[in-house]
Amino acid sequence: MATSLGRQFLLDLYERMVRIRVFEDEVKFLFLEGSMPGTIHQCQGQEATAVGVCSALAPNDFITSTFRGHGHALAKGLTMPELLFELFGASTGCCRGKGGSMHVGNMDKGMVPGIAIVAGGVPLAAGMGLAFKMQKSGQVVACFFGDGAVAEGAFHEGVNLAAIWSLPVVLVCENNLYGASTRIDKVMKVPSVAARAASYGIRGETVDGNDVLAVYEAAGQAVAECREGKGPVLLELLTYRRTGHSRRDPCHYQNASVGPSAIRSIVSRHRYWNGTMSLNRSWPGFARRSLPNSKRRYKRPGGSRCLRPMIF
Amino acid sequence: MRRLSIAEALREAIAQEMERDPAVFCMGEDIAVPGGWGGAFTVTLGLEKKFPDRMLDTPIAELGFFGAAVGAAMMGMRPIVDVQYGDFLFLAMDQIVNNAAKMRYMSGGKVKVPLVMRAPIGATGRGSQHAQSMERYFTGVPGLKVVAVSDAYDAKGILKSAVRDDNPVLMFEHKLLYGSKGARAEGGAVDATADVPDEDYTAPLDRAAVRREGSDVTVLAWLLMRHYSQQAADQLTSEGINAEVIDVRSLSPIDYETIGRSVAKTGRVVIVEEGPKTGGVSAEIAAGIGERFGGSLRAPVARVASPDVPVPFAPVLENAYRPDVGRIVEAVQRVMV
Repeated sequence: MATSLGRQFLLDLYERMVRIRVFEDEVKFLFLEGSMPGTIHQCQGQEATAVGVCSALAPNDFITSTFRGHGHALAKGLTMPELLFELFGASTGCCRGKGGSMHVGNMDKGMVPGIAIVAGGVPLAAGMGLAFKMQKSGQVVACFFGDGAVAEGAFHEGVNLAAIWSLPVVLVCENNLYGASTRIDKVMKVPSVAARAASYGIRGETVDGNDVLAVYEAAGQAVAECREGKGPVLLELLTYRRTGHSRRDPCHYQNASVGPSAIRSIVSRHRYWNGTMSLNRSWPGFARRSLPNSKRRYKRPGGSRCLRPMIF
Repeated sequence: MRRLSIAEALREAIAQEMERDPAVFCMGEDIAVPGGWGGAFTVTLGLEKKFPDRMLDTPIAELGFFGAAVGAAMMGMRPIVDVQYGDFLFLAMDQIVNNAAKMRYMSGGKVKVPLVMRAPIGATGRGSQHAQSMERYFTGVPGLKVVAVSDAYDAKGILKSAVRDDNPVLMFEHKLLYGSKGARAEGGAVDATADVPDEDYTAPLDRAAVRREGSDVTVLAWLLMRHYSQQAADQLTSEGINAEVIDVRSLSPIDYETIGRSVAKTGRVVIVEEGPKTGGVSAEIAAGIGERFGGSLRAPVARVASPDVPVPFAPVLENAYRPDVGRIVEAVQRVMV
């Protein structure tokens, strides 16, 4: 697939992921040094989910986001200044300083201000899809939420509504294994988010959320289905948060062996693109993608005891 | 000029608004089932025949479909969403308070939420979870307008205004005032019919209405208590007390202009509400009157409300719980001393 997308497109995806990482790292230091007020919830490690999904959307499609929305915002097209100024509470911010980090958004760019209540955006997205369907506008809404949201009643109710009315909603679960500091296997007996789709009568899929092309492809297919009236679709993007829940979180609860030491940096994973695009690279991920039957979108083995395969 | 019940007036208002604006649609439980009830109190009876695509029956999922209504409103639709009993609003609290009411503000004014929410309230022999008067939980929410309609003329006019307002509006109705007929008729119902023009008209969302002019005491009430207060006022004339009855109607914001004119005239205030006394809307109004018109008061503001207990079931207890004409008369007599 990589070859069919064109070099410029691939470089653009890479650049957008790097921009998110650079922005988040800068913001981290501004906050820690005391220059930035409030709180921040960062997304280092989750750049591919944001960029992969948003790249599959049209400019007039919408996204709903969470309190961890900086990456979504940049991926959807908000500028760094409008985002940064909002984090400082300036009237030149995207929400005129009235929202803050957890509520960044820009309706002109198709991003609803972030919903900080976990799963609160799922019914909202269903309603947006309902409006698009009633207006026959062809628009689609991608609804971002985390693994923690799946336990909320609002998740169940919103997904069910989208399902029974066949609404154009791409439900995007960024499963980073932790709801705040609580690991997913403590709060779900079946730690597969995509497996739940069948119970609503909709399609669910598990994707390597750290592979931006895999995300782009899965999101693109889901968006196309939604536009044809075959939605909603539930995408579970497996990813990892290389930072605390919020900046006040030193993150002592993350399992060191699953954590950063075992993870290939998402940026470094894609950095070989910069300059050369060779199908003959032996790097496993890239080789996988060049195979006709790509294994990058895989099914979780049923009844598997491990949390997930090492897909980093 | 026809005399309509509140249910009929609301039905006409909804139909006329849907006719006028294709963005208007309804969501709720059991509101559009062919051969069904038209909602628990017959308000939407038959509308699904004329507007099959705009009357949506929802699953029993208030948090979900209220949230969906907010989302649809943000994208340019103008939904009218209802709960079957006001007590179910609590299930939707997060979407109402954290999303609908806040979205415009926290977006820096960029997002509109032109949403109408409707809820029937009041004690009617069904037990404590189908009987509350829960206006108080919503009147303190910044970003949310709250109204209460107590007759058919207001029902049509205020619903139309609410639909056309670009802000979220929560409209409370009373189960005993709908005038529902047949199998859905309510025991203890009070006549809230009114002459309702068949053409288009609106009533203001932020104004109280003087229902009975008087000079001795200002009685503030809404919904069922407005009707009981008028009955109490009739009774009081035989004692030589001329009471002014004001239908508060707009619970958030409170129309202190209309109230103030009355207080300046009478100097005595009795506020009547069906819900429990502590923390009620009457507490807010009493404080507001004290701040603004304290100098005009000849006696402390008095409140008539239910006791601070859940609504009991046994009819004799429910009748003792709910303020009645006698308790309103007594309260007026006390402030006249």
